[in-house]
Amino acid sequence: MSKDLRNPLARARGLGSAKEGVGHWMTQRVTAAALVFLTLWFLCTLLGLLHADYATARATLGKPWNAVLAIAFIVTMFRHAVLGLQVVIEDYVHTRWLEVASLVLIKFIAVLAALTGVLAVLRVALGS
Amino acid sequence: MAQTGRPLSPHLQVYKWQVQMVSSILHRATGIILAVGSLIITWGLASLAAGTEAYASFTACAGSALGMLVMLGWTLAFFYHLANGIRHLVQDTGKGYAIGSFVRSSWLSIIAAIVLTAITWAFVLTGGHA
Repeated sequence: MSKDLRNPLARARGLGSAKEGVGHWMTQRVTAAALVFLTLWFLCTLLGLLHADYATARATLGKPWNAVLAIAFIVTMFRHAVLGLQVVIEDYVHTRWLEVASLVLIKFIAVLAALTGVLAVLRVALGS
Repeated sequence: MAQTGRPLSPHLQVYKWQVQMVSSILHRATGIILAVGSLIITWGLASLAAGTEAYASFTACAGSALGMLVMLGWTLAFFYHLANGIRHLVQDTGKGYAIGSFVRSSWLSIIAAIVLTAITWAFVLTGGHA
């Protein structure tokens, strides 16, 4: 016998008491798993360029695989950062208007920074 | 939430400090630090795309005493968030919640962060030839 007291429709919708399901939780974990590899790749690439001059650094980032991984790194990093900062703000900012303003602000900053980073990598990779 | 003046969570002043809470607080703190660091990474990439002059001013900032200190702090924050993040992913499978293993894995994250930071900076300071 099922002990589930929820309405079958609510169960099928899978949105839970928070009304938005497990999307935030799951995206935080999936981006975290991706970032384990992407950040280590980034750090190793950075350490390999310790004493490199401008041309070498540019040529390294411009290689197709490095450019692809750099873009994946930037996008995933800012997505993960926004999800994390969102939870911190929701937990500790108790003034409603300040909370909402902060949540919107971090999203604007993250999107602008991510676009800036992606454009930078594309300029390097495409040589303009 | 209404502003009532009552004390709100986190009640840091009434708890006895334990490594479990330190590892949790550090995860959030290092996450915030890394979020700021991500803007510096973006600055570095943008300067690389902008040309030799912009890149030279970025590497001059990064190579200064303050820049090195920031990067050392970033490395420590990064390795802690990485180690403790992997710990959280393991715990998401339902493992490691017994008090003993929870405390042990908390210490493991902290020690791993210090060791990995030391190895990375030994590599940097020996000129990348180690």
